[in-house]
Amino acid sequence: MRLSSRQLISLRIATGAVLAFIYVPLLIIGIEAFNEARTLEWPPPGFTTEWFQRAFENTGARDAFLYSLKTAAIATSLALVLGSLAAIGVSRFRFFGREAVSFLIILPIALPGIVTGIALNSTFTEVLGIKLGLLTLVIAHATFCIVVIYNNVVARLRRLSTSFEEASADLGATPWQTFRWVTLPNMRTAIVAGALLAFALSFDEIIVTVFTIGIGDETLPQWLLNNFSRANQLPIVNAVAVIVILLSIIPVYIAHRLSSEVDSGQTAGAAP
Amino acid sequence: MTWLVIGYLGSLAVLLISAFWSLGELSGHIEGTTLEHFDRIYTEGVYRAISLRTIGVAAAVTVTDALIAFPIALYMAKFARPRTKSLLVVAVLIPLWSAYLVKAYAWRTILSEDGPLNWLLSPLGIDGPGYGLFAVYLVMSYIWLPYMIIPIYAGLERIPDSLLSASGDLGARPGYTFRRVIMPLAFPAIVAGSIFTFSLTLGDFIAVDLVGGSTQFIGSVVYDNFASNLPLAAAFTTVPIIVMTIYLLIARRLGAFEHL
Repeated sequence: MRLSSRQLISLRIATGAVLAFIYVPLLIIGIEAFNEARTLEWPPPGFTTEWFQRAFENTGARDAFLYSLKTAAIATSLALVLGSLAAIGVSRFRFFGREAVSFLIILPIALPGIVTGIALNSTFTEVLGIKLGLLTLVIAHATFCIVVIYNNVVARLRRLSTSFEEASADLGATPWQTFRWVTLPNMRTAIVAGALLAFALSFDEIIVTVFTIGIGDETLPQWLLNNFSRANQLPIVNAVAVIVILLSIIPVYIAHRLSSEVDSGQTAGAAP
Repeated sequence: MTWLVIGYLGSLAVLLISAFWSLGELSGHIEGTTLEHFDRIYTEGVYRAISLRTIGVAAAVTVTDALIAFPIALYMAKFARPRTKSLLVVAVLIPLWSAYLVKAYAWRTILSEDGPLNWLLSPLGIDGPGYGLFAVYLVMSYIWLPYMIIPIYAGLERIPDSLLSASGDLGARPGYTFRRVIMPLAFPAIVAGSIFTFSLTLGDFIAVDLVGGSTQFIGSVVYDNFASNLPLAAAFTTVPIIVMTIYLLIARRLGAFEHL
């Protein structure tokens, strides 16, 4: 389709405006984090890096950061195994209820987080009688991490022709050998990309978290939430917010590079 | 896998069952079953107003995001050069996954009394919207926008260029090609994106709390009640569950699932 130059220019302007809309608010937080004043003053009277140093020294924020890392790492590893297996099951085998599984597996992301959160909370506390803590938090995070990994791996397997696996079997490989030397190497970047996205998602999650976290524990987003309303913490909150943006952007960027190496230009799992 | 399905559906079942519990006035223990909570949620004016408000904002956010997302998605898919295109994809994709809380917080800062928006608008003699229902709508539209751009972009990318040239060769102007060729083919992708913008707005309570002032959403009522009156909170979650189920069924009919 050929557009007139005026139409093309307005499309370009619209694109630029949307990008600005997406990034200006993040930029503003970035600027605020260096704001010299202790209060929200706009425009900032001067700039300093003091708040970042304070943020690093803040034990509450540091503990919360480590707790987030731990949660994200365990939840991602758990989801890695289950999500990949589910993906292989759905795309390589036919079984009763296969369609239903492929629909159900996206539910934890299609239903609002609050529903998942409160459902898991009442199951843990009222039915199973488990005390909320690291275990419940990790299980809750794993439910949506699985979806992300599953989506990435399923998309890869769909493009990967089964003829390689058949050739391997014809040449006398056992099913395990085929999996180990043919299927797995082809899935590897999809698995890694999925894991990075899952990690970022878990690191960032707040809604399911507030329903399943143990009393006294804090993830970094929750530390932020708890400190938003404390006026004297404002500058440190801004600095931590910037750190959270950077930490969740890096894995996503690497994940994107990993998946686009293979399908050049395709998106990493598109929407979750 | 079975673990996932049983665990997840089981939890949903527990949630629904707990909506029927009646709690003792003083003890807070389960004393029997009742339909009282459903009755309150579905007949009392307050709850009905909150439900309608939440669904209304979710719908408004969805429409807004579709309108904003379409031009950029179209540019990315059909007009940008390969290098620009991959840069744009990264630029849109990165904020999709990251920093939900920080984004809401950024807007809390922007909209605050002495914030950048009021600073920008004050020379013109206008006040920013401040915290409230409009702020919730604005922030939700902002946060969920990438969830709409990506599916539409992927959907437009699937339309072969030859189809568009054919339409042009047969004498259609761009506007006509857009209405009669691009729109019908891209529509399922828009519906796919709308599942996320709609569902995520429907269940939100944190951004609502941060920028909504005293505005209440379904999510905020559920969150406020879940410690003190779990059955009522559970009964209220049936509203988003029912709405989303209907939404998903319609979306499936429209062919949106292939674009997820």
